[in-house]
Amino acid sequence: MSSEVLVEIRDVNFAYDSRPILKGINMAFPKGKLIAIMGLSGCGKTTILRHIGGVLKPTKGCVKVDGQVIHDLDQDGLYKMRRKMGMLFQFGALFTDMTVFDNVAFQMREHTDLPEEIIRDLVMMKLHAVGLYGTQDLMPAELSGGMARRVALARTIALDPMLIMYDEPFAGLDPISLTVVGQLIRRLNDALGATSIVVTHDVQESLKIVDYIYFVSDGAIIAEGTADDIRASGEAFVHQFVYGEMDGPIPFHYPDGDFSKDLGVRV
Amino acid sequence: MAVVRSLRGIGARVINAVWRIGFGSRFFLMTLVYSGTSFRRFRLIVREMFSSGVMSLIIILVAGMFVGMVLGLQGYETLKRYGSESALGTLVALSLVRELGPVLAALLFASRAGSAMTAEIGLMKATEQLSAMEMMAVNPIARVVAPRFWAGVISLPLLTAMFSSMGVFGGYVVGVVLIGVDEGSFWSQMQAAVDFQHDVMNGVIKSFVFGVAVTVIALFEGYDAPPTAEGVSGATTRTVVESSLAILILDFILTAFMFRGD
Ligand SMILES: Nc1ncnc2c1ncn2[C@@H]1O[C@H](COP(=O)(O)OP(=O)(O)OP(=O)(O)O)[C@@H](O)[C@H]1O
Ligand SMILES: [Mg+2]
Repeated sequence: MSSEVLVEIRDVNFAYDSRPILKGINMAFPKGKLIAIMGLSGCGKTTILRHIGGVLKPTKGCVKVDGQVIHDLDQDGLYKMRRKMGMLFQFGALFTDMTVFDNVAFQMREHTDLPEEIIRDLVMMKLHAVGLYGTQDLMPAELSGGMARRVALARTIALDPMLIMYDEPFAGLDPISLTVVGQLIRRLNDALGATSIVVTHDVQESLKIVDYIYFVSDGAIIAEGTADDIRASGEAFVHQFVYGEMDGPIPFHYPDGDFSKDLGVRV
Repeated sequence: MAVVRSLRGIGARVINAVWRIGFGSRFFLMTLVYSGTSFRRFRLIVREMFSSGVMSLIIILVAGMFVGMVLGLQGYETLKRYGSESALGTLVALSLVRELGPVLAALLFASRAGSAMTAEIGLMKATEQLSAMEMMAVNPIARVVAPRFWAGVISLPLLTAMFSSMGVFGGYVVGVVLIGVDEGSFWSQMQAAVDFQHDVMNGVIKSFVFGVAVTVIALFEGYDAPPTAEGVSGATTRTVVESSLAILILDFILTAFMFRGD
């Protein structure tokens, strides 16, 4: 990991109320790379993305984006920075009172003075890229879950951001769309010269496309490396995660939950 | 112990209420500060006026008609005892323009449009649409809240005017057409008694104030709602309760200042 770093997370700790969620996270996202963050449900992946977007403020440590400490920016600075970012939300978060077309066109209309004809062409291009040309007049409620996610993807890349964050882009996609979206993420990254961060559970798909992977468990990084490193890794938890095994060092259960207590079993 | 506990409960409620009033005021202020976008792009306001104003039109017109008809009946009954049926037009018009128009239209608006605003904003928040907007460097207060606020503030006085007009028409139908009060005196007495400054303008001021109160409460409750299904439904109920109370209390205060019996 040599080239210039776009996003740097240094020793970040974060807690909701008093429950620690992130515990001393260190990550670096070099320009032009496609990097995955993986981990079990609830381990804090979305929380990391929220820190990069400047939505949450670390209790300790710092998050730098493009050379600036994001949580020290004022609102103007933050908004200026966010114009250069795109975030695909885990549940799509499409604007339900607008058509697909208006959703994708939203940022173009808010942030540029482009004439409607050009906006129209751009929107059609983006919709074509996610394979949904022809859906522009539908409302979000008329889309399936997977289609909604692809529209959200088109909206995320509407203004060709320099940093794209994807929260679970593969969830709810059929195998064909899954490959298409995976390839699309790779292509977008390379064509736009953007830096991409993909949060995902889908190990097999992401190993095919990403440059580097961080494994997070219980708020800390437990493994990292390139796709080949990860495949070849002999470490038990990486192996467990990659091959989806039940037994291994990563606990499946929420930390406090000891079910046997509720059942009245005395150990 | 029970006394201490209930005292503590009351204290907590009061503190909580003061907090919310504080947050609400701040929210109102932010809405005003970020209103620039709405006026530069007036289309945004017009769109919301359609969904909050035009959609309330039917209920406002029908309710206004019936309130006017009831006024016609009750007013005639009472005025007849004093032999002054010809004052029916005055009674109907003044009650509507000064009181019933602004208050009832605002109450209907709160339950029809206010609750819908709360639910819409609450759901937008629950489904992360507002966070998504913020991540796109678009301020949700400027883009979502402020246009709805101004749409409500502009719509309600217009709806009130229509409510009162329909009411006068209803009073006319019952009083003149059905009961047979003299048409000439119905209209001429009304015209002579209703003062533009004193009656009509004060009614407009009332409905403007109610418009501000109802939309701020509705938007704040939606914006502040916990992002869950129960959270949004609770907020919708609170909108109707709080804005109804606010309307009636404000109405008393405004009336006290406007019509001091002089
Ligand atoms: N608003 C909140 N208030 C309190 N706790 C929260 C909040 N949001 C998330 N958490 C907690 O933070 C932890 C990490 O959440 P996060 O959303 O980052 O998980 P995740 O890794 O994205 O999981 P998933 O893969 O299921 O999306 C979870 O244990 C969750 O309970
Ligand atoms: Mg998540």
